[in-house]
Amino acid sequence: MSHNFKNWPIVVGLTIASVPIIFMYVFLFVDTVTDTLPGEMMPNRFTLEHWRFLWENIEGKASVWLAMLNTLIFASSVTIIVLSVSSTASYALSRLNIPFRKEFLAGILMLHAFPSITLIIAIFLVLQMIGLYNTLFGVILVKASLQLPLGIWIMKGFYDAVPWEIEMAGIQDGASRFVVWYRLVLPQVRPGFLALGLFSFLEGWSEYILPAILAPANEVQMLSVYLASLISDDQHFDFNLFKSVGLFYATPVIIFYLFFQDKLMNIYGGGTKG
Amino acid sequence: MEIVIENFTKRFGDLTVIENMNLIIKEGEMLSLLGPSGCGKSTTLFAICGIARMDEGRVFFGEKDVTHTPTQQRNIGVVFQSYALYPHMTVAQNIAFPLTVRHESKQTIKKEVGEMAELVHIEDLMDRRPEQLSGGQQQRVALARALVRKPGALLLDEPLANLDAKLRLEMRSEIRRVQLETGISAVLVTHDQVEAMSMSDRIAIMKDGKILQVARPAEMYQYPENDFIASFLGNPPIAFLDGIVSDENVVIQSVDLKLPVPENIEVPPNGTSIRLGVRPEFYQPHHPHKIPGTVSFVEIQGRENLYDINLKDGSLLRSIQPADVSPLSPGTKVDWGVQPEQLLFFDKSGKRL
Repeated sequence: MSHNFKNWPIVVGLTIASVPIIFMYVFLFVDTVTDTLPGEMMPNRFTLEHWRFLWENIEGKASVWLAMLNTLIFASSVTIIVLSVSSTASYALSRLNIPFRKEFLAGILMLHAFPSITLIIAIFLVLQMIGLYNTLFGVILVKASLQLPLGIWIMKGFYDAVPWEIEMAGIQDGASRFVVWYRLVLPQVRPGFLALGLFSFLEGWSEYILPAILAPANEVQMLSVYLASLISDDQHFDFNLFKSVGLFYATPVIIFYLFFQDKLMNIYGGGTKG
Repeated sequence: MEIVIENFTKRFGDLTVIENMNLIIKEGEMLSLLGPSGCGKSTTLFAICGIARMDEGRVFFGEKDVTHTPTQQRNIGVVFQSYALYPHMTVAQNIAFPLTVRHESKQTIKKEVGEMAELVHIEDLMDRRPEQLSGGQQQRVALARALVRKPGALLLDEPLANLDAKLRLEMRSEIRRVQLETGISAVLVTHDQVEAMSMSDRIAIMKDGKILQVARPAEMYQYPENDFIASFLGNPPIAFLDGIVSDENVVIQSVDLKLPVPENIEVPPNGTSIRLGVRPEFYQPHHPHKIPGTVSFVEIQGRENLYDINLKDGSLLRSIQPADVSPLSPGTKVDWGVQPEQLLFFDKSGKRL
């Protein structure tokens, strides 16, 4: 710690600035287990009623556990697709002398820059036509392909940093191109691989607009859609229920961040050292 | 294993880097490819191991034509300039890698890796990772990895370039020791003439993609085929004086020198331009044919002193002499001389007579 300046003013300043946010988090939690009379600040009774969605189905909706399972399947599938395609595609783009490589890379970048929401009607029509509307599989495909351009670019950056000589040495040692990639090069880009995996999973977990439009039915509903539908009903707002589901929805992400934040930092670091 | 390169040509786009090269590396010898950077020596090396494709020509390992054999099947060990160790593997795993990709049994791998470690003296480092090793140790690991599958030949691409001076000396003799102990044919690529001279059985000197001369180190030093080779070998380097033949003598008017042409050289006709190569060890105080000048620079090297001498016409000669307690200071006038038999005579095109 540097002694060139006193750090207590900074600590005090940051604390004051953070108080409202901390307050919001505290009350988010408190509200899910209490009732508060209208117009009052402090809760007046403890209750687990707002968490009832865990053990019974909310009227007109499927089980929250099904939504949880759907979200999990969605996020994991997207992650697996993004990882397997971008780790191989970007290796090819980084190392192999394929025709139109430059144009291809530029095209990928264009795709990434393109706002995906503008494609949504076309995608909707396509999915409907091929019969994948209202299926998990369809929305997984759409999300994964929209996620791929960024993944390919990130992985390519990591591959570019791996020295050629390691591959030449591998070939010289008698290994095939595939073994060289799998056993020598892939371990060098491990930090990028892990970061991209986490990133894709979190992206999938928090995705709302695609499942809301392409897979709104109860049996394929995801947590984000489930959550939004709780307050889309004009008849009865149950904000405490909404908050409880929201907390339920966010908890895995928060745990994820706590465990893997150093890995996530890597995606912007870009180095080969893990 | 004997390696034969026949009519090798390599182009990068429109640029021909190597044209029609022929070279033979004999069984069990260490051959150096020596030359300035960009002369095509590494390209030649990579053509032998198959990493670089040949545009024309053929390579033979012994009797076998391997021109179209993939790198993986050529069974050649290579030590790269950066060593190219696999950073995520331990030393033992690094050395074992060529055997694991061949699916050798665990016992065989353990035994062979142990033997290699012993050969290059790294038994204590087996569990470390490359980043925990010094440059010299990494070099030893790279050497062990290249040799572990008993390759037909060992190729070394500037193996000492990344080491500091002291380690370089040590690894020079280490690499040579390992090569002699295993009796493997080896090719060493280097731009450092000291490395080439001290480590190899023969040197092939290259310039602009051509091999100028292939000879044993001492032979090449004493009988270079042209002035480029003469200037490339030797440290401190050779100095040149330009003269003209006149009645069985070489005359250099500008410094009032008249030298008889030695008997073993056929005297060129009068008026021919001649280039004299004077090595520093042959420009000495006691030699008969004096070339006076002024000391312009003194370099104390401990055992020897190196003097740069400016001649009357502005050209430069170097002299290396045993160390003296009171070396001459710059500005001193000297009257040192040469011996015609010790000098190298080149014609106008640079060819030695």
